[in-house]
Amino acid sequence: MPFSLFPEPGLPLQSRTETGLVNRLGMKMHARADAASENQPSWPEDIFAILQRFDVRQVAYVPDAGHSQLIERVLGAPSMRAVPLTTEEEGVALLVGAWAGGQRGVLLMQSSGVGNCVNMLSLTQIFRFPFLTLVTMRGEWGEFNPWQVPMGSSTAGVFELSGIKVLRASHAAEVGEVVEAAAGQAYNACTPTAVLLSQRLIGAKVFVK
Amino acid sequence: MSKANLLERRSVVSGLLAARTDAVVVGGLGASTYDIAAAGDHDRNFYLWGAMGGAVMIGLGVALAQPGLPVVVITGDGEMLMGMGSLATVGLQKPANLTIVVLDNEVYGETGGQASHTATTVDLVGVARACGISDARAIATMADVEAFAPIMQDVSSGPRFASIKIDGANLERVLSSRDGTFIVTRIRGALGFRPI
Repeated sequence: MPFSLFPEPGLPLQSRTETGLVNRLGMKMHARADAASENQPSWPEDIFAILQRFDVRQVAYVPDAGHSQLIERVLGAPSMRAVPLTTEEEGVALLVGAWAGGQRGVLLMQSSGVGNCVNMLSLTQIFRFPFLTLVTMRGEWGEFNPWQVPMGSSTAGVFELSGIKVLRASHAAEVGEVVEAAAGQAYNACTPTAVLLSQRLIGAKVFVK
Repeated sequence: MSKANLLERRSVVSGLLAARTDAVVVGGLGASTYDIAAAGDHDRNFYLWGAMGGAVMIGLGVALAQPGLPVVVITGDGEMLMGMGSLATVGLQKPANLTIVVLDNEVYGETGGQASHTATTVDLVGVARACGISDARAIATMADVEAFAPIMQDVSSGPRFASIKIDGANLERVLSSRDGTFIVTRIRGALGFRPI
């Protein structure tokens, strides 16, 4: 996703320009305020609607192709603050601060990023704060790149060893139900929860020369 | 390099926090947390005993949630080096109410005084500036510490970054609470948020 690294201070959260939407970070995005179009899956819209309904305000992410549609929706949402990270563990710490300050957050990442979080995941036990992460899976369904397989294979185990509940959605029709349950137990019961979005759902990345 | 005139960390932190009103103060693990505790326990003190590399991000989360409150992160050079990418994340977000202070003694004091990268090569002020935190400064005198203290309370002109070179003395630990749920629930309570 292209975005400017030179935001203008004081820019409103979202402003419409001739070239499309630019949020307050100066990140340009495709103007797409409407719901899913015909060639886009509807499950990212389901997730976005649930995050809105649970009043999630800080959305931290390291970009992933599987999350790109959701990230675009977040960048266009005035009530949500998109926080791109340099590494996923930053997001765990950010959400602790958000909670201390009275806001809910969510961390979007790819399975490879889960390994980057390990020590910081201890904060879910130390602070017992509402931790929700949505993880797009690689290395498990028709994967082309062997480098994705080891971390993809241990993602669920890493979460479980870290005391985080793991739910999984493998089909588009169940994403909303699973994310709704995860958000409910994370935000209402402070039960740290990860939703694994199967590679089968997202589709194996196609590499062409 | 003469280090005779380096500042004493407890005086620095108590000086920085003397003008404190409604600020939330995050302390990086180790000596920074002890310094904040030594300056006086407070409902809005966010003591860290772990999460190395996460102090700035915790501060950022609070700052984004509470844009009307000053948020101050006080941490050490080793903790800052581990979370250096978070300066890039802050530089992108530009929270006007966030101040980051690094107490730089150029060593890992808690583990035996091994040299950190700032002892020879890394310039954290330069790093912060290069990450988009234009108000990045080195503070070398107590007069400058006292001048900076009220600036930290301003919520409209950040983010700002200050590196303060301090002496390497290992002081007696002043132990804060290390119960995370107590610490965060107390901060939330001070900000008007009830437990679930």
